[in-house]
Amino acid sequence: MYRSGSIEFEALRGVDMEISAGEYVAVIGPSGSGKSTLMNILGCLDVPTEGSYRLGGEDVSTMSEASLAQVRNRRIGFVFQQFNLLPSLPAWRNVELPLMYAGVTKAQRRERAARALERVGLGDRLENRPGELSGGQQQRVAVARALVTEPDIILADEPTGNLDSGSTEAVLALLDELHAHGRTIVLITHEHEVAERAGRNLTIRDGLITADEPVLAGGGR
Amino acid sequence: MSWGETLATAWEAVRSHRLRSVLTMLGIVIGIASVILTVGLGQGAQDQVKSQISALGSNLLIVSPGSSTDSSGVRGGFGSASTLTLSDAEALADDEAAPDVKAVAPVTTSNAQLDTASTNWTTSLVGATTTWPEVRKREVASGRFFTSDEVASGAKVVVLGADTAAELFTGRASPVGEKVSVGGTALTVIGVLESSGASSSGSTEDDTAVAPMGTAKALTGSTSSSLSTVYVEAVSDDALPAAYQEINALLLNLHGVTADEADFSISSQDSLVETANATNKTLTVLLGGIAAISLLVGGIGVMNIMLVSVTERIREIGLRKALGATPAVIRRQFLAEASLLGLAGGVIGIFIAVIGAWGLPGLIDQPVSLSIVATAAALVTSLALGVGFGVYPASRAARLTPIDALRSE
Repeated sequence: MYRSGSIEFEALRGVDMEISAGEYVAVIGPSGSGKSTLMNILGCLDVPTEGSYRLGGEDVSTMSEASLAQVRNRRIGFVFQQFNLLPSLPAWRNVELPLMYAGVTKAQRRERAARALERVGLGDRLENRPGELSGGQQQRVAVARALVTEPDIILADEPTGNLDSGSTEAVLALLDELHAHGRTIVLITHEHEVAERAGRNLTIRDGLITADEPVLAGGGR
Repeated sequence: MSWGETLATAWEAVRSHRLRSVLTMLGIVIGIASVILTVGLGQGAQDQVKSQISALGSNLLIVSPGSSTDSSGVRGGFGSASTLTLSDAEALADDEAAPDVKAVAPVTTSNAQLDTASTNWTTSLVGATTTWPEVRKREVASGRFFTSDEVASGAKVVVLGADTAAELFTGRASPVGEKVSVGGTALTVIGVLESSGASSSGSTEDDTAVAPMGTAKALTGSTSSSLSTVYVEAVSDDALPAAYQEINALLLNLHGVTADEADFSISSQDSLVETANATNKTLTVLLGGIAAISLLVGGIGVMNIMLVSVTERIREIGLRKALGATPAVIRRQFLAEASLLGLAGGVIGIFIAVIGAWGLPGLIDQPVSLSIVATAAALVTSLALGVGFGVYPASRAARLTPIDALRSE
């Protein structure tokens, strides 16, 4: 059950699932199906009102908000549909944010942020503010931010929803590459072409998982 | 996250919303500047009174006719009754009766218009005796003071204050030997007093004309023997209380009254300073209070804008939380922002107050003396206002759940 303001409704009902380390999973479903709620719980942005969620063996559903923040910081990298970059900061300062909250020194942060941006092909755009970058470039900055802490899991919520096909391909290629390097990736989307790149597809409808199947052609590309 | 980084992040936020930050600070700027300036004005007025009164001399007692027993003012007539006479003054000068009294200067004061061939000037005409320069600690800059013979004979001579001489004899090297007339009677200027330098702004000390007592009385048509004031110089500062007792006893005896019925009052420099300061203090507290209220309003302004800022930056807060900022870190960041706004407002306010203290005396003819203590207190207050009024917005920001914050558009 998920509470939103004074209206209560069940966004997820009896979801029972497991994602193994190193998997590339796509969660597919129409809007309102509960996939965002699932993503929020997986990302420790929210806790389930009932049931439990174990992340790497740790039960996070009973953790305090401060502990959850630390779990998010250490183990999860987020990529959002809206990019969610801070417009006043140059690219590298956006990328270093999670490191700042992890307590990494400034010199190290700058270096690691630069390396992460290089990895997404934006090594020459360190000082550009989000407004000076294209949508695809902004999303790559967001991917750099997600991977800069070397998290176990990368959670991507409709990462290509606001991108043209060229940029979509670039971002998805990045996710493929991260998966190839052993990251667990959970991708939320409503586009089947995007979902097909994953190794496993979870279909969710009305708060229930209606299908859980491996993708034969995907994952390994 | 270290405090340094928290402050740096807060500074960036303040800087990236320049106009809003400046408007937020404005309340604190005005509040701090007005508090410092009112306290400075009050302090300046007190200093001025102090320097004026201390120019009188620290071992001086002032005997006035009429009685003013206490500040309640039940017994009126202070300074206006005609109960003090020349014979009282002579009795006080007696070495046997009042051994702690060094010199006595009886004085009559009235306003008179002084005419020269080309101009005229209204000033206070002081009737005095030869002891006046010594007791009032005044020097003659040019010429001489009148002699006891001139006092006895009521000679038609006058000694002018520095400002009065300048008004009447503009551009003349020395007015000594010139004539001034009062009500048709010509007086010869025999000397000009040294400027008292007691204060920067228009002291009456230098705008005066001193004539032998008999002359002054004749000029103003006064026939009574009453005096305006008797200035008494004690032999030393330490002898002041003893001299006070002697004068009190002597005058009570001479006037045949008991202490309760005293028809004169004796004041010292200290008591004058106290009275004047009490008035100044009331004003300073009143104005300072109003200024403090404006400071409070400024603080509420900070809280208001910080709350708006929390709402406006809800996505930023959500993102920072998603990336690992704990509620404590978010709270600190917003608290640091509010504190920076408060502190910056305080610094700008102090800057404006300093400019005001430099420019204001010329405009309103009032000295302003800034005190380090008041300035430091203002700085601490502005910081405290920022922190105090930042607590609530900061905890609002800290309480936001990341998901609500991220979802809002």
